[in-house]
Amino acid sequence: MKWGIKILPREVLLDTQGRAVQDYLNQNTQTVNQCRVGKYIVLDLKQTDAAESKKKAIEITEQTLINPLIETYTIESL
Amino acid sequence: MKVGVVTFPGTNCDQDVVKMSQVHGYQVVPLWHKDRFDIKSVEMVIVPGGFSYGDYLRCGALAARSAVMASVKELVKTGKPVLGICNGFQILCETGLLPGVLVRNDHGRFTDKWIEIETVNSTQHFAKSNKKKLKLPVAHGEGRFFAEKSELEKIESQGQVWFRYTENINGSLNNIAGVMNKEKNVAALMPHPERAMFDWMGGSDGFKFI
Repeated sequence: MKWGIKILPREVLLDTQGRAVQDYLNQNTQTVNQCRVGKYIVLDLKQTDAAESKKKAIEITEQTLINPLIETYTIESL
Repeated sequence: MKVGVVTFPGTNCDQDVVKMSQVHGYQVVPLWHKDRFDIKSVEMVIVPGGFSYGDYLRCGALAARSAVMASVKELVKTGKPVLGICNGFQILCETGLLPGVLVRNDHGRFTDKWIEIETVNSTQHFAKSNKKKLKLPVAHGEGRFFAEKSELEKIESQGQVWFRYTENINGSLNNIAGVMNKEKNVAALMPHPERAMFDWMGGSDGFKFI
Protein backbone atom coordinates (compact mmCIF):
# COMPACT_ATOMS: atom_id res chain seq x y z
CA MET A 1 0.00 0.00 0.00
CA LYS A 2 1.16 3.50 -0.77
CA TRP A 3 1.13 6.41 1.63
CA GLY A 4 1.90 10.06 1.03
CA ILE A 5 3.45 11.95 3.93
CA LYS A 6 3.39 15.73 3.78
CA ILE A 7 5.97 17.31 6.09
CA LEU A 8 6.08 21.02 6.94
CA PRO A 9 8.33 23.05 9.22
CA ARG A 10 6.53 24.09 12.38
CA GLU A 11 5.13 27.62 12.53
CA VAL A 12 7.35 28.54 15.51
CA LEU A 13 10.41 28.06 13.35
CA LEU A 14 11.88 30.41 10.86
CA ASP A 15 11.51 28.58 7.55
CA THR A 16 14.49 29.99 5.66
CA GLN A 17 13.65 28.16 2.42
CA GLY A 18 10.06 29.35 2.53
CA ARG A 19 11.16 32.90 3.26
CA ALA A 20 13.62 32.90 0.35
CA VAL A 21 10.89 31.76 -2.07
CA GLN A 22 8.43 34.26 -0.57
CA ASP A 23 10.89 37.14 -0.93
CA TYR A 24 11.56 36.17 -4.54
CA LEU A 25 7.84 35.98 -5.37
CA ASN A 26 7.26 39.35 -3.72
CA GLN A 27 10.04 41.10 -5.64
CA ASN A 28 7.68 42.94 -7.99
CA THR A 29 4.26 42.70 -6.35
CA GLN A 30 3.39 41.92 -2.75
CA THR A 31 1.03 39.03 -3.49
CA VAL A 32 2.32 36.35 -1.16
CA ASN A 33 1.46 36.61 2.54
CA GLN A 34 3.44 33.57 3.49
CA CYS A 35 5.23 30.71 1.78
CA ARG A 36 6.40 27.62 3.58
CA VAL A 37 8.50 24.87 2.02
CA GLY A 38 8.32 21.28 3.22
CA LYS A 39 8.69 17.87 1.65
CA TYR A 40 6.49 15.10 0.38
CA ILE A 41 7.50 11.49 0.88
CA VAL A 42 5.82 8.50 -0.79
CA LEU A 43 6.10 5.19 1.04
CA ASP A 44 5.17 1.92 -0.63
CA LEU A 45 4.75 -0.64 2.16
CA LYS A 46 4.67 -4.41 1.96
CA GLN A 47 1.68 -4.79 4.30
CA THR A 48 -1.61 -5.37 2.44
CA ASP A 49 -3.95 -4.86 5.40
CA ALA A 50 -4.93 -1.17 5.37
CA ALA A 51 -5.01 -0.66 9.15
CA GLU A 52 -1.70 -2.48 9.69
CA SER A 53 -0.11 -0.61 6.83
CA LYS A 54 -1.22 2.78 8.13
CA LYS A 55 0.06 1.93 11.58
CA LYS A 56 3.45 1.05 10.08
CA ALA A 57 3.52 4.21 7.96
CA ILE A 58 2.83 6.36 11.04
CA GLU A 59 5.49 4.50 13.01
CA ILE A 60 8.10 5.08 10.29
CA THR A 61 7.09 8.72 9.98
CA GLU A 62 7.24 9.47 13.69
CA GLN A 63 10.41 7.50 14.35
CA THR A 64 12.48 8.54 11.35
CA LEU A 65 10.91 10.81 8.75
CA ILE A 66 10.09 13.74 11.01
CA ASN A 67 11.59 15.43 14.03
CA PRO A 68 8.60 16.58 16.12
CA LEU A 69 10.65 19.45 17.56
CA ILE A 70 10.71 21.16 14.19
CA GLU A 71 8.22 19.46 11.86
CA THR A 72 4.57 18.46 11.57
CA TYR A 73 3.06 15.96 9.15
CA THR A 74 -0.17 14.73 7.60
CA ILE A 75 -0.59 11.33 6.02
CA GLU A 76 -2.80 10.26 3.13
CA SER A 77 -3.55 7.00 1.39
CA LEU A 78 -2.54 6.97 -2.28
CA MET B 1 43.18 5.70 26.52
CA LYS B 2 41.31 4.11 23.61
CA VAL B 3 39.21 6.56 21.62
CA GLY B 4 36.55 5.36 19.18
CA VAL B 5 36.16 7.67 16.18
CA VAL B 6 32.96 7.18 14.18
CA THR B 7 32.90 7.46 10.39
CA PHE B 8 29.73 7.72 8.33
CA PRO B 9 29.56 8.15 4.56
CA GLY B 10 30.05 11.91 4.24
CA THR B 11 32.01 12.41 7.46
CA ASN B 12 34.97 14.64 6.63
CA CYS B 13 36.56 15.53 9.97
CA ASP B 14 37.32 12.01 11.18
CA GLN B 15 41.01 12.10 10.27
CA ASP B 16 41.43 15.47 11.99
CA VAL B 17 39.89 13.95 15.12
CA VAL B 18 42.18 10.90 14.77
CA LYS B 19 45.21 13.26 14.66
CA MET B 20 43.85 15.21 17.62
CA SER B 21 43.62 11.98 19.62
CA GLN B 22 47.07 10.75 18.57
CA VAL B 23 48.70 14.02 19.62
CA HIS B 24 47.68 13.13 23.17
CA GLY B 25 49.00 9.60 22.79
CA TYR B 26 45.55 8.04 22.66
CA GLN B 27 44.98 4.87 20.70
CA VAL B 28 42.32 5.30 18.00
CA VAL B 29 39.71 2.64 17.30
CA PRO B 30 37.99 3.38 13.97
CA LEU B 31 34.23 2.77 14.16
CA TRP B 32 32.29 2.25 10.90
CA HIS B 33 28.65 3.33 10.64
CA LYS B 34 27.36 -0.09 9.61
CA ASP B 35 28.94 -1.97 12.49
CA ARG B 36 27.98 -2.31 16.11
CA PHE B 37 31.05 -2.48 18.36
CA ASP B 38 32.06 -3.92 21.70
CA ILE B 39 31.54 -1.04 24.14
CA LYS B 40 34.34 -2.42 26.30
CA SER B 41 36.83 -1.86 23.45
CA VAL B 42 36.84 1.94 23.88
CA GLU B 43 36.91 4.40 26.77
CA MET B 44 35.62 7.39 24.84
CA VAL B 45 33.82 8.00 21.55
CA ILE B 46 34.03 11.04 19.30
CA VAL B 47 31.37 11.70 16.65
CA PRO B 48 33.15 14.02 14.20
CA GLY B 49 31.84 16.64 11.80
CA GLY B 50 30.96 16.45 8.15
CA PHE B 51 27.82 15.74 6.19
CA SER B 52 26.77 12.23 7.22
CA TYR B 53 24.60 10.57 4.58
CA GLY B 54 24.74 13.83 2.61
CA ASP B 55 22.55 15.53 5.24
CA TYR B 56 19.59 13.81 3.55
CA LEU B 57 16.20 13.89 5.29
CA ARG B 58 17.56 16.14 8.08
CA CYS B 59 21.10 16.79 9.33
CA GLY B 60 22.15 13.78 11.38
CA ALA B 61 18.78 12.02 11.05
CA LEU B 62 19.93 8.94 9.16
CA ALA B 63 23.23 8.68 11.03
CA ALA B 64 21.35 8.75 14.34
CA ARG B 65 19.53 5.57 13.34
CA SER B 66 22.63 3.64 12.20
CA ALA B 67 24.05 0.48 13.79
CA VAL B 68 27.10 2.21 15.24
CA MET B 69 24.93 4.72 17.11
CA ALA B 70 22.97 1.89 18.72
CA SER B 71 26.27 0.84 20.34
CA VAL B 72 27.09 4.45 21.23
CA LYS B 73 23.76 4.67 23.09
CA GLU B 74 24.69 1.56 25.10
CA LEU B 75 28.12 3.00 25.84
CA VAL B 76 26.57 6.23 27.14
CA LYS B 77 24.54 4.24 29.69
CA THR B 78 27.78 2.95 31.21
CA GLY B 79 28.86 6.56 31.87
CA LYS B 80 31.68 6.63 29.32
CA PRO B 81 32.16 10.00 27.62
CA VAL B 82 30.99 10.88 24.10
CA LEU B 83 31.98 14.08 22.31
CA GLY B 84 30.10 15.42 19.28
CA ILE B 85 31.54 18.06 17.00
CA CYS B 86 29.42 19.97 14.46
CA ASN B 87 27.59 17.24 12.49
CA GLY B 88 28.34 15.02 15.50
CA PHE B 89 26.31 17.48 17.60
CA GLN B 90 23.42 17.26 15.12
CA ILE B 91 23.61 13.44 15.22
CA LEU B 92 23.62 13.29 19.03
CA CYS B 93 20.54 15.54 19.15
CA GLU B 94 18.76 13.33 16.60
CA THR B 95 19.54 10.21 18.66
CA GLY B 96 17.94 11.88 21.67
CA LEU B 97 21.18 11.66 23.68
CA LEU B 98 21.22 15.46 23.76
CA PRO B 99 18.27 17.83 24.02
CA GLY B 100 17.16 20.20 21.26
CA VAL B 101 17.95 20.31 17.57
CA LEU B 102 20.15 22.29 15.17
CA VAL B 103 18.29 24.14 12.43
CA ARG B 104 19.31 26.40 9.56
CA ASN B 105 21.22 29.58 10.51
CA ASP B 106 18.81 32.50 10.83
CA HIS B 107 20.65 34.47 8.13
CA GLY B 108 20.33 31.53 5.74
CA ARG B 109 24.03 31.38 4.90
CA PHE B 110 26.78 28.89 5.62
CA THR B 111 29.05 30.47 8.20
CA ASP B 112 32.77 29.72 8.25
CA LYS B 113 34.98 31.81 10.54
CA TRP B 114 36.81 32.08 13.86
CA ILE B 115 34.50 32.87 16.74
CA GLU B 116 34.66 33.08 20.52
CA ILE B 117 32.73 30.92 22.96
CA GLU B 118 32.58 31.02 26.72
CA THR B 119 32.23 28.10 29.09
CA VAL B 120 28.97 28.14 31.03
CA ASN B 121 29.07 24.74 32.76
CA SER B 122 31.98 22.32 32.54
CA THR B 123 32.31 18.58 32.35
CA GLN B 124 35.15 16.54 33.82
CA HIS B 125 35.60 14.74 30.49
CA PHE B 126 36.25 17.46 27.91
CA ALA B 127 37.62 20.97 27.42
CA LYS B 128 40.06 20.76 30.28
CA SER B 129 41.73 24.10 29.69
CA ASN B 130 41.39 26.72 32.42
CA LYS B 131 40.53 29.38 29.88
CA LYS B 132 36.92 30.49 30.21
CA LYS B 133 36.79 31.99 26.73
CA LEU B 134 37.96 29.98 23.74
CA LYS B 135 38.71 31.02 20.18
CA LEU B 136 37.63 28.29 17.76
CA PRO B 137 36.56 28.02 14.11
CA VAL B 138 32.97 27.25 13.03
CA ALA B 139 31.80 25.94 9.66
CA HIS B 140 28.11 25.19 9.43
CA GLY B 141 24.88 25.97 7.60
CA GLU B 142 22.61 24.45 10.21
CA GLY B 143 23.99 25.39 13.60
CA ARG B 144 21.16 27.37 15.13
CA PHE B 145 20.32 25.65 18.41
CA PHE B 146 16.58 25.35 18.93
CA ALA B 147 14.38 23.85 21.66
CA GLU B 148 10.86 24.49 22.92
CA LYS B 149 10.65 27.18 25.61
CA SER B 150 10.00 24.65 28.39
CA GLU B 151 12.83 22.41 27.16
CA LEU B 152 15.17 25.37 26.94
CA GLU B 153 14.37 26.39 30.51
CA LYS B 154 15.14 22.85 31.62
CA ILE B 155 18.47 22.83 29.76
CA GLU B 156 19.40 26.10 31.47
CA SER B 157 18.23 25.17 34.98
CA GLN B 158 19.83 21.73 34.90
CA GLY B 159 23.22 23.22 34.00
CA GLN B 160 23.29 21.57 30.59
CA VAL B 161 24.55 24.58 28.63
CA TRP B 162 28.20 23.85 27.89
CA PHE B 163 29.18 26.89 25.78
CA ARG B 164 27.64 30.13 24.57
CA TYR B 165 28.79 32.26 21.64
CA THR B 166 29.96 35.62 22.95
CA GLU B 167 28.38 37.06 19.81
CA ASN B 168 25.41 35.23 18.29
CA ILE B 169 26.46 34.07 14.82
CA ASN B 170 23.51 31.95 13.70
CA GLY B 171 20.39 32.78 15.72
CA SER B 172 20.99 30.06 18.33
CA LEU B 173 18.53 30.39 21.20
CA ASN B 174 20.24 31.80 24.31
CA ASN B 175 23.46 31.98 22.21
CA ILE B 176 23.98 28.26 22.81
CA ALA B 177 27.05 26.79 21.06
CA GLY B 178 27.25 23.50 22.97
CA VAL B 179 25.15 21.39 25.34
CA MET B 180 25.53 18.33 27.55
CA ASN B 181 23.22 15.62 28.81
CA LYS B 182 22.13 15.70 32.44
CA GLU B 183 24.85 13.23 33.45
CA LYS B 184 27.46 15.37 31.61
CA ASN B 185 29.10 12.41 29.87
CA VAL B 186 27.64 13.33 26.47
CA ALA B 187 28.72 16.76 25.29
CA ALA B 188 28.73 18.43 21.91
CA LEU B 189 29.44 21.75 20.27
CA MET B 190 29.20 23.35 16.84
CA PRO B 191 32.77 24.84 16.70
CA HIS B 192 35.70 22.62 15.69
CA PRO B 193 38.34 22.20 18.45
CA GLU B 194 40.26 19.75 16.23
CA ARG B 195 40.92 22.61 13.81
CA ALA B 196 42.52 24.72 16.56
CA MET B 197 45.28 22.50 17.90
CA PHE B 198 48.39 24.59 17.22
CA ASP B 199 49.14 28.27 16.72
CA TRP B 200 50.02 27.71 13.05
CA MET B 201 46.40 26.66 12.52
CA GLY B 202 45.25 30.06 13.71
CA GLY B 203 44.79 29.17 17.35
CA SER B 204 45.41 26.41 19.88
CA ASP B 205 42.41 26.68 22.19
CA GLY B 206 41.20 23.28 21.01
CA PHE B 207 44.35 21.51 22.22
CA LYS B 208 43.14 20.54 25.67
CA PHE B 209 39.70 19.51 24.49
CA ILE B 210 40.10 15.76 24.99
